[in-house]
Amino acid sequence: MSVPLTLLGLLEREPSHGYDLKREYDAFFGRGKPLPFGQVYATLSRLTRDGKAVAAGTEPGAGPDRKRYTITQEGVSEVETWLSEPVEPEPHLQTVLFTKVVLSLMLGRSAEHYLDTQRVAHLQRMRELTDIKRTGNLVEALLADHGLFHLEADLRWIDLTSARLSSLAEMVRAT
Amino acid sequence: MSIESDVQISRPRGRLIEARNVVKSFGQTPALRGANLAAESGEILAIMGPSGSGKSTLLHCLAGIFTPDSGEVWFDGRRLDELSETARTKLRRTAFGFVFQFGQLVPELSAADNIALPLLLGRTGRKTAYQKAEAWLDRLGLANRAGNRTGELSGGESQRVAIARALVTQPKVLFADEPTGSLDSLAGEKVMALLVGVAREEGATVILVTHDARVAAYADREAMVRDGLVTTPSDAAMAR
Repeated sequence: MSVPLTLLGLLEREPSHGYDLKREYDAFFGRGKPLPFGQVYATLSRLTRDGKAVAAGTEPGAGPDRKRYTITQEGVSEVETWLSEPVEPEPHLQTVLFTKVVLSLMLGRSAEHYLDTQRVAHLQRMRELTDIKRTGNLVEALLADHGLFHLEADLRWIDLTSARLSSLAEMVRAT
Repeated sequence: MSIESDVQISRPRGRLIEARNVVKSFGQTPALRGANLAAESGEILAIMGPSGSGKSTLLHCLAGIFTPDSGEVWFDGRRLDELSETARTKLRRTAFGFVFQFGQLVPELSAADNIALPLLLGRTGRKTAYQKAEAWLDRLGLANRAGNRTGELSGGESQRVAIARALVTQPKVLFADEPTGSLDSLAGEKVMALLVGVAREEGATVILVTHDARVAAYADREAMVRDGLVTTPSDAAMAR
């Protein structure tokens, strides 16, 4: 899970303060694991240092930091690249897959295209594991099976999410 | 030892079978809305998609079982959809083999009878037909089941008999519609390994319909069917 890229994606949606960014992050992606304030401000500081975001003045407010952050063109490019790339297929990716789908919908990008790309990457890896299973010994076959079952679970999630994209898009855009 | 370990894998030698802009409806319900798909000679192609997407209808159109409402189906340089029903039936018997989820074996006949049946229907002599059937039973590890009726076979054994029956006529294309759908994981994997292994040995093209990604992973590539249209995600990804 890439916190910096996710925060950057939220900044592309609209300029925001650290306090609001944390609230938005926790609402969508922080299920059971809220983002510490310290990590938010440290990340924003690094993004600013690296030219991905700029802090445009401070404002008085309820939160501890009222700097208003805006994404730069370099930041937009980085988010675009990240959202269009498939994640390396391995077990327990659902959180990253989920984040990419939701952010794509938030930003009006094609979540369907991303899911198709991810499906291709998963199936390719499954073919490789199936080859190992066909030609390897029993231990290798069982290890390959372990990977195959996890990838299959991801694929089932991808298919289910593909079928529900329009409903998810409505919910995300209404939030 | 893997069944494929000694096998020279057939290389694609050009398009063998192709659906071009195929449309097919059942009453008012559209099943295919302009589907395009081609398989190369010797290729193992998985057609995937959710229930009701049209993937089985596409297989039936490619196999000449259904006639498209519009569009073209080409096989080996010929328009399949323009052939007479008699000609298509002959083609299905000589050039195509079929493996379905279940129910394709004749229950009153033995395993050997079932395998010999398509040869006998094609006027092969009885002795030759049964010699070939015995050879296939031996090849698929069922030599001791030749005289058993299909009801006495396990699900996996029945599917192995079905594979032998589909390939005994040396078809150019093997159509398989959810061939492991009625089997547990282990039996399903044995069937898929055998199906892919012997199909490659025979040089047959395989068109495999499945909703199961672990089954599709035995294929060389996959095509997705959604709402009656074919999307080939691997092509889309490569074009990016």
